[in-house]
Amino acid sequence: MSLSRAIDTPDIEGSLAVKPTVRKHVLDLDDFSREEIEEVLDSARGMKEVLGRDIKKVPALRGKVVVTLFYEASTRTRVSFEEAGKVLSADVINMSASGSSTEKGESLLNTGLTIQAMGVDTIVIRHPHSGAPYLLAQELDKVSVINAGDGLHAHPTQALLDIYTVKDKLGSLEGLKIVIVGDVLHSRVARSNIWGFAKMGAKVVLSGPNTLMPPDLIRSDNNIYRSTFSSRIEVDTNLARAIEGADVVMALRLQRERQNAGFLPSLREYIRRWQVTDDLLARAKPGAMVMHPGPMNEGIEISNNIAHGGSSVIEDQVTNGVAVRMALLYHVTIGPSQQL
Amino acid sequence: MEIETLVIRHARIIDPSCDLDQVGDVLIGSGEILATGSLSLDSLPDGASVIDGTGLVVTPGFIDLHCHLREPGFEYKETIAAGSKAGAKGGFTTLCAMPNTNPPVDNAAVVEFIQQKAQQDSLVRILPIGCVTKGRKGLELSEMEELASAGVACFSDDGDPVYDGNLMKLALTYSSDLGLVISNHCQEKSLSCNGVMAEGPVATHLGLDGIPAAAEEAMIARDIALSEATGGRLHVAHLSTAGSVPLVREAKNRGLNVTAEVCPHHLTVTDQWVLGAKGAPTSAAGGLAYDTSTKVYPPLRSQMDVEALIVGLSEGVIDCIATDHAPHDLTSKQVTYQEAAFGISVLETALGSLLQLVHTGKLSMAAMVDRLTLGPTKVLGENYRDLASLQPGTTADIVIFDPDQEWMVDASEFESKGKNTPLDGTKLKGRVVATIVGGNLIYESPALKFQGVRGGA
Repeated sequence: MSLSRAIDTPDIEGSLAVKPTVRKHVLDLDDFSREEIEEVLDSARGMKEVLGRDIKKVPALRGKVVVTLFYEASTRTRVSFEEAGKVLSADVINMSASGSSTEKGESLLNTGLTIQAMGVDTIVIRHPHSGAPYLLAQELDKVSVINAGDGLHAHPTQALLDIYTVKDKLGSLEGLKIVIVGDVLHSRVARSNIWGFAKMGAKVVLSGPNTLMPPDLIRSDNNIYRSTFSSRIEVDTNLARAIEGADVVMALRLQRERQNAGFLPSLREYIRRWQVTDDLLARAKPGAMVMHPGPMNEGIEISNNIAHGGSSVIEDQVTNGVAVRMALLYHVTIGPSQQL
Repeated sequence: MEIETLVIRHARIIDPSCDLDQVGDVLIGSGEILATGSLSLDSLPDGASVIDGTGLVVTPGFIDLHCHLREPGFEYKETIAAGSKAGAKGGFTTLCAMPNTNPPVDNAAVVEFIQQKAQQDSLVRILPIGCVTKGRKGLELSEMEELASAGVACFSDDGDPVYDGNLMKLALTYSSDLGLVISNHCQEKSLSCNGVMAEGPVATHLGLDGIPAAAEEAMIARDIALSEATGGRLHVAHLSTAGSVPLVREAKNRGLNVTAEVCPHHLTVTDQWVLGAKGAPTSAAGGLAYDTSTKVYPPLRSQMDVEALIVGLSEGVIDCIATDHAPHDLTSKQVTYQEAAFGISVLETALGSLLQLVHTGKLSMAAMVDRLTLGPTKVLGENYRDLASLQPGTTADIVIFDPDQEWMVDASEFESKGKNTPLDGTKLKGRVVATIVGGNLIYESPALKFQGVRGGA
């Protein structure tokens, strides 16, 4: 019943005035222009309206098949992609490495070719190896590929939802000071957010132990972010100083294994120097917002107070994630075929 | 093709063994060089085949100190037969085959297998390299004297350097009366960790684990100190960082018995190529980023490293050019960058790559030829000098190349089973026209022009 109601719902294109950009894949944020990012945000705003409806279903992707192919554990990214696809009426099939032919030694490429042969329109992939989505995009010619996080490389949908969240609250990113705290070296979220925030005009300050910063970022200006965004990227290991006057503070997940690998003397020392706390946040701009890509280690990179306090927008991030992923699924799944 | 006597006329003859660089003729007979210089037509024996060498360069055949022929054990990647054809097409008349085979070359039986196989299948000379340690495991020395007697050209554990400093010291000491060099792939594993490309901006951008230059330099410094302490003969395989050059320079200045090699790709290709677009400037990762054909060990590094290596090679700090030809099957490369095998198939593109340096004035033609011929024999020792000369009485191992022929690299046309090259689809200038081993013409390109036979047929 709800399905027929859904079909009766006014056509999404009419109600949202979405203008799909011709984009086959979402592999990274580094090939998005500022205009294209704005376009995604605009359509995500329309999608968010759909999510607020009593009946969350529109027929935009009816008859399209989306596979989520996850080689790593995930809660919010996988579920939000699934929800995004289903709200748009796509048929969404979830695959994870465990329980699939990957356990029998099937290569990523052969898995991709198999999925393509089944007539799937879009593959959403998460993989522990940087660049895995590029392999699929290069070798599969009939499907669109969306990167849902690859190794240390990129998490473009996370960055877009973070940009959406900041813009939603503060109106614009132009001239904002955004501090990203923690393990930048191992963080695909940081890599994509540095790119996205700076592209939208914000100043990005990175704070964390030097051992958890990309070596070329702390040692020289010979760095892709600095060469692209120059002085809008800064590194300051002193969080109290870095956080001064910040509009946004984002804490990154600190994996406990980093201590064993020698990157940190102890969690205790990390907490003392880089945990985002009330005292530190008091140095930021009044009303500054706190973000976290999740999953959180409360009490390590972020204090419990802050995680659930008034400045936290962590749950908004999750909600906005569904809207942004709807927009992206819609763009890549409909975009190229409309061009034909 | 068996030819009794052969003369190459009007070619630019470069013979670094006697500083010869002039236009002239080379006469070959009975597997030897009979004469080099300006020969009058009347002095040529009847029945000699005549090659028109106008516009071509004639040099001793290239000697590759470092390549992987994969046999025995990995015949799906390369065989001695295919590798030797690739070598011949690239102008190489001698290939030193690394011992990372299965079984590894750590006893005389494997050496003899390779020698027999080479006799049957190979167009070029194949010199096996013996392991430093049993099974290349870095735990106990191999029977180095047995290997030396069986005819290995030198010792190396190849991709697995001798990590244990004391064992390396013992290897240098033990082998010092055998007259053979130890070639070490210098890489401090505790620094390179899980790295898959050069540490730097591109690695950061692509989220790939970086290999710091210090991983190479720290082990070179260790090995130089050990060579000094023991008097043992050290050869540093494939230098890739700017900082490695002064280490070797300084060791040589102190009179140490240290030599070094560099690969064509480290002289011509940078880590920018990992971003795709064949090194063309890209501010962002394009659709071709993570091109696994660029994954090689040591990794491709920055332009600054490339420039320093070219200077080191040109000045003679680096003694020779070695290919590190590392052929792989398609499956080993059609995976994520992290999973992909390290290595590039180099034999057939080496000359074309290196001539870029000559054409742009960064390296003289004479120096390039020296580093491909005489340089390697300085590492291998006196016994091999004969292979790097065009003087009368020496072995007729010769390459003839056209330095100006432009061609497009098409890996599908490689003789090597390994089609893994980042140069696929790029243009090179300079190509081998003919290769001669022991007086036999083992490779000729369509560009080779015979002028007929002296005395008529």
